[in-house]
Amino acid sequence: MSDTSMEKVIPGNRPSLPPPVTESGVLGWMRHNLFSNWWDTLLTLAAIYILYLVIPPFLNWAVFDAIWQFSPEVVQDGKQPQFADCTAISSGACWIFVRARFWQFIFGFYPDEERWRVVLTFILLVGSVYGLLSQRVANKKPVAIFFFVIFPFLAFFLLHGGLGLPEVPTSRWGGIMLTLIIAGIGILFSLPLGILLALGRRSQLPIVHLLCVLFIEFARGVPLVTILFMANIMLPLFLPPQFEPDILLRILVGVTMFASAYMAEVIRGGLQALPKGQYEGAMAMGLGYWQMMRLVIMPQALRVAIPGIVNNFISLTQDTTLVAIVGLYDFLNIVRAGSRDSNWIGTEMEGYVFCAFVYWVFCFAMSRYSMHIERKLHTGHKRH
Amino acid sequence: MSNAQPAAGEMIVTDEVMIQLAGVNKWYGQFHVLKEIDLTVMKGERIVICGPSGSGKSTLIRCINRLEEHQRGKIMVDGVELTHDLKNIEKVRREVGMVFQHFNLFPHLTVLENLTLAPIWVKKVPKREAEETAMHYLNRVKIPEQAQKYPGQLSGGQQQRVAIARSLCMSPKVMLFDEPTSALDPEMIKEVLDVMIELAQSGMTMICVTHEMGFARTVANRVIFMDRGEIIEQNEPEEFFNNPQSDRTKLFLSQILHH
Repeated sequence: MSDTSMEKVIPGNRPSLPPPVTESGVLGWMRHNLFSNWWDTLLTLAAIYILYLVIPPFLNWAVFDAIWQFSPEVVQDGKQPQFADCTAISSGACWIFVRARFWQFIFGFYPDEERWRVVLTFILLVGSVYGLLSQRVANKKPVAIFFFVIFPFLAFFLLHGGLGLPEVPTSRWGGIMLTLIIAGIGILFSLPLGILLALGRRSQLPIVHLLCVLFIEFARGVPLVTILFMANIMLPLFLPPQFEPDILLRILVGVTMFASAYMAEVIRGGLQALPKGQYEGAMAMGLGYWQMMRLVIMPQALRVAIPGIVNNFISLTQDTTLVAIVGLYDFLNIVRAGSRDSNWIGTEMEGYVFCAFVYWVFCFAMSRYSMHIERKLHTGHKRH
Repeated sequence: MSNAQPAAGEMIVTDEVMIQLAGVNKWYGQFHVLKEIDLTVMKGERIVICGPSGSGKSTLIRCINRLEEHQRGKIMVDGVELTHDLKNIEKVRREVGMVFQHFNLFPHLTVLENLTLAPIWVKKVPKREAEETAMHYLNRVKIPEQAQKYPGQLSGGQQQRVAIARSLCMSPKVMLFDEPTSALDPEMIKEVLDVMIELAQSGMTMICVTHEMGFARTVANRVIFMDRGEIIEQNEPEEFFNNPQSDRTKLFLSQILHH
């Protein structure tokens, strides 16, 4: 016993001490997560070995040995660059391919002199979405009116033409632009449709319930590829030729239907997570059905369902690649077509890696944003 | 414990009928949960309903604002009959406040927003005015400083007081309490009962399902004992506790009072 501990410890006055060093910090973390027993240690070492086998060769190919630009003598006399010029220099990735095709990957076959219209639409879209979601914008009403009422028409005329702008048929749309249009419209429409379908499925009215169940189970029971084929081939058979809608429009309807069925089920899960008391509390206050749903139930159900909803958004974004089978040139398809060009035969690897990277950036951004929203909406609620 | 409760004297029972149940029956599937219930509640009455679990007491008060539907009989609340007519149901719910065992506050809204939601959307009160009313009632339940917090950040007793204030913001004519203290930790029961006692003294018509017999003695002018879907016995609190008539009431009282 040392002299310093002579002070008497009064019960109820013990100070809070920091935890032992082995339980906290980097060492504690490693001990807990990487080397807690011999089996974990073995797995950790095996994982490190696999990473060692995979990462360095990939980095060599994609970064260190890669060719980012040609020296001037290779491209003299206005000669088109090609894959053979790359292979002559190095075995690394030939990013010249992506650079040569970059604008086509973004705009598809949209005419050069009209591309500003796509850029303007995109800027308006990003601006108004930022205005809707940001906390820095206090008055969201004008932004909402612009986005939900004016923007759809504006976007249509800008992208498609009319009102004095030359027409650009949807067959010339492609690349990232087309991918974002399909994913964006799918996301924008599938959420409200999904909410209505989920409410309908839980409705006490037998006809509403039955129709919603039929729709959801049909759309979920059929692969998206089938829906796209049906929209592409079967729909025109039932419609008189003069009413034949644009192929992109048919695809958009098909994708939205498909996505809203999945969305409905995710939101239904959120609804079922709410205790019955929330409905009773709202009803006892005299709120009507739609008021109760809008003010009390949906805000909570959607919060619970955020991970599932964003999961749907992400898979919808990736499912847009399936429109290739009905002949549309979305981002993946146009990159693939690019590497089939006789100048660039052999660049599939570069194309796919570039595609994967771009899709990953989009989807990872959505994922991070959803986590941010979840944290923001957390109000310390404990469920009974 | 004499009956010299000064507060009780101030509480006036009028001869105006507030709620009337006549021959009310209800079934859950095959289970006959309410059997021929007749009950008349005057304006200003404070009624405590007790009885063993499953006796139908919660179901009974939940029929009064139609959270549960009765299948036979007639329920009138302040002159409005409860039928399938949605207009009547919403009219009754606007005038009948309810406090639940598990509070049922809206966790995604702040305390203040919980209190102003129904006045703003149901009664179309301007937001500023609704907030003033809300602060008035938060003062009355003694937690004005919690207005900007979320329900999840409050203790059980505080949450239940917020729930009472939330109902009062609709200026109801009747308050229903469905076991308001059963989910609370012991040290929080008193703060909720104090608010309820004060409410009773202000002349509110109240029906409380509760096993707080001290509360029943203090404020109730009538205690009702239910068992197996029937009203077995009802009386003034002194008579009810000191001189119960039926064997089932005696057994029930001995079980809840002697432990």
